[in-house]
Amino acid sequence: MKTRLLALLSVAGIFGLAACGERPQIVEYKQGKYQGKADTRPWESAAFKGDKTAWENALRNRNQAQNEYKRVD
Amino acid sequence: MARMKFLCDAERCIECNGCVTACKNEHEVPWGVNRRRVVTINDGVPGERSMSVACMHCADAPCMAVCPTDCFYKTEEGVVLHDKDLCIGCGYCFFACPFGAPQFPNGPAAFGARGKMDKCTFCAGGPEADGSDEEFKKYGRNRLSEGKLPLCAEMCSTKALLAGDSAVLSDIYRDRVLRRGKGSEAWGWSTAYGDHGEKTREGAQERTQERTQAQEGRK
Repeated sequence: MKTRLLALLSVAGIFGLAACGERPQIVEYKQGKYQGKADTRPWESAAFKGDKTAWENALRNRNQAQNEYKRVD
Repeated sequence: MARMKFLCDAERCIECNGCVTACKNEHEVPWGVNRRRVVTINDGVPGERSMSVACMHCADAPCMAVCPTDCFYKTEEGVVLHDKDLCIGCGYCFFACPFGAPQFPNGPAAFGARGKMDKCTFCAGGPEADGSDEEFKKYGRNRLSEGKLPLCAEMCSTKALLAGDSAVLSDIYRDRVLRRGKGSEAWGWSTAYGDHGEKTREGAQERTQERTQAQEGRK
């Protein structure tokens, strides 16, 4: 009876203390690493069919198009 | 590719709200939800400054930290997105966001009655298949998967609002600051006034001086 009570108490203690544990709540963003929900990556679309380099080049061109000094002399 | 960012040049923004209109139209955003808006400081006072504000896609996003359902996620390009299927409309992200980016379709309402949160997606859609109808209905168009930048920035008439790779944006802005000035130093001066722009300006100054002298002579 005593051992059963001890076992029960230890199990209850383990479960009780488990709730006291603190998990990190802030999402740490690691540069270039995908985190979170499953989502297709932009270069996997029908327009680029997985060609990451082509996608990056397209975006690079668009990026540079925002600089008027490079668009018009 | 580095992180995707927005950059608004307050020296250039003319508060035309073209970015706001472009965003609303492109994504068919419901009435009452503004993913982007233009904020003006010292409105009507000489020297007022305007700035286009939306989700800034923070490196360490507070909305991600406070979401009880963990509905946010971040893409490889650093775009902060969310899964509307997981959102319960609690509004914690709204209180955590320093830019007021999270929007709720039913506005300020009781807990659970606000509707699912909506915010700028950097024109990158959501977890649904890229370019699908489902994605469009929930998050709007996915321009990034089409190799395009957010429409707000691409539509900006004065190019005050820039979007894209942060390293490139920094270069563009640095270039601008170094060349910033008045008269022929300003971009577009020769287009507007031709090569004689400087002469035109000098002529105008001379005419003003003559007019002032004539007025003084009359007195």
